[in-house]
Amino acid sequence: MTAVGGVAGSVPATPHAESVGKPPLPKRVSDFARRNEEKGWRSVAWVAVILPLAALVFAITVLAVKAAPVIGHNGWYFLYGRTWTYGNQGYGGGPGARFGAWAIIWGTIASSVIAIVIALPLSIGAAFALTERMPTWISRPLGFTIEILAGIPSVVIGLWGILAFAPWLAKNVYPHIASVMPDVPVLRYFRSPTGSGEGLLSAGIVLALMIVPIITSTTRDLFTQVPPLPKEGASALGMTDWEVANKVTLPWVRSGIIGATVLGLGRALGETIAIAMIGGAALRIPSTIYLPFTTIAATILTQLDGQLANPQGVATLAELALVLAVISVVVNLVARLIVSRTGRVGAPVGGA
Amino acid sequence: MMTSLLAAGPATRRRRVSTRVWRGLTYLSLILLMAPAAWLLINVLAKAWPHWQWSVLWTQLTSTGGGLRDQILGTLILMIGVFIIAGTIGVFAGIHLAEFARPRRFSGRVSGPLRTASDVLAGFPSIVLGYVGYVALVVGLGWKLSLLPALIILSIMVIPYIAKNTETSLRQVPTGYREGAEALGMSAGYRLRKVVLKSALPGIMTGLLLALAIACGETAPLIYTAGFSNTLPHSLTGSQFPYLTYMVFTGYNSPETQYHYLAYDAALILVVIVMVLLVLSRIVVTRTQRHSESSRSSGGGLRARMRARAQKNEPLLGITGAPPR
Repeated sequence: MTAVGGVAGSVPATPHAESVGKPPLPKRVSDFARRNEEKGWRSVAWVAVILPLAALVFAITVLAVKAAPVIGHNGWYFLYGRTWTYGNQGYGGGPGARFGAWAIIWGTIASSVIAIVIALPLSIGAAFALTERMPTWISRPLGFTIEILAGIPSVVIGLWGILAFAPWLAKNVYPHIASVMPDVPVLRYFRSPTGSGEGLLSAGIVLALMIVPIITSTTRDLFTQVPPLPKEGASALGMTDWEVANKVTLPWVRSGIIGATVLGLGRALGETIAIAMIGGAALRIPSTIYLPFTTIAATILTQLDGQLANPQGVATLAELALVLAVISVVVNLVARLIVSRTGRVGAPVGGA
Repeated sequence: MMTSLLAAGPATRRRRVSTRVWRGLTYLSLILLMAPAAWLLINVLAKAWPHWQWSVLWTQLTSTGGGLRDQILGTLILMIGVFIIAGTIGVFAGIHLAEFARPRRFSGRVSGPLRTASDVLAGFPSIVLGYVGYVALVVGLGWKLSLLPALIILSIMVIPYIAKNTETSLRQVPTGYREGAEALGMSAGYRLRKVVLKSALPGIMTGLLLALAIACGETAPLIYTAGFSNTLPHSLTGSQFPYLTYMVFTGYNSPETQYHYLAYDAALILVVIVMVLLVLSRIVVTRTQRHSESSRSSGGGLRARMRARAQKNEPLLGITGAPPR
């Protein structure tokens, strides 16, 4: 595996025919091509690999330049303020505009956290069922179904979510949760009103469905890579299924699962269309977990259209996009840090 | 670790119950995962089927209904464009990451600014890219809402996926292939082209197909780069471009009943496209496994595991999870 780098020093000498006179032109051309082919590959590949970096820098620069005029005007209020208004001219902008995006940032984080809280245990459980407890002829088609779920366009999931899933939840699930929740600080948030289904919890559950395939398929691959000897040893010592899973398999792949989870978190933070359809697009912090809310991505999608003629609005949305970009970059970097800290896999016990 | 476990052996009944509960929970989570997936697929099919007309495929969209011909063609054109642009750049980027980038550490997983950038871009919110496309390409370069900015933004979005997949499949090329090629006196470039890339090709194709599946299902980055129109334009820039996902996004709450049907038709067509791509990639994957060095028995079935173990000279008996005592 590690033998792929550093091939530069080992270019085998190509046979040269420089004994008498010059070889014919085609021969010289093909010799030149042969000697320099690797150089060509290298330079083209280098250009290609620079492009993502350049695109990233370009994107953040564009956002920063576009947002620059309003960052000073909005100030820190942008991050903690709760009033979002385009001014007293109405939607088109004007004096009196205040942009406090706390409710939007809050919605982004809350929906992603709900999604992760639901998706992580589900994914680990499902991956265990698929790899450890099922014969191939069942687990393979099931695994393929999960891959299909990962590939289904988010707009299709949004369509199903808003027309079928969310109304069903609001009718058959939420009232039951709300009726049993006591009136104590955190759980109060789960009490009625339960709304029509458009809202934070529905969006969080649908987001969970969208990231479960990512985490499940990675986790499943990781589980199959755990060498069998430690597991068999643990079983031989009399450990039960649960103990083998908890004490051997999970610690072995922990950092990989964290990495996959953060990948899913990144997708949840940036998901736009499904949230715009299911979230209800309300620019405030909902009073219960069932009610409409919004996220940064959904706000950009739904508000930009009306602000195209209003420079202040466009710039403020750029600042919002910048906040989302910073969050997603930070999340990604933290994930890389965690993965590199905890190492790739567990201690090399047994074969493999 | 083992000794402490033995010393602190918990009560038998609790261990038995915990294992039962654990097994139950794993199956429950699998069901909770599969049920919505099945519901979703059946729902799309059930809503689209009763009023499905094949003419949707070859008639144009009008303000009151019609078909989705130009939207389907638009989505296919976007996919082909992404395949060409992102495919080329992504594959070359992957080649760089796997073959030329200097490994910083000896742990097998290499990190560096380029790979970090690629990973971060993979997790970059698509709407933010769409916004950048709008500001920089649509307005900044004066291309207006049209095909070209949409293609560029979509390509930037999927390049990291293709690069990652290319890198992975290049790393799975057996070391013996490279060593054999080197021993035969092939130059490094020739070796890369004829041996390494060739045997990694199925894996690379899988990545490209998955990237296409992502590209055809995107909506958010397209709304502010491609816009939307009922018919295909004749130019790369200057006029708005039709695609399927927009139809789903706006059709379902349009006042026009015909548009509700079209939204579900578009959803069904999208699902079919994605499924075709996934099945194709699955077919390609089975070909890859013949070449790959690490015998990843993805299903984890007993026979596959035994075969893998026989190859590695490992014990064949695979007992995981003894019955609880």
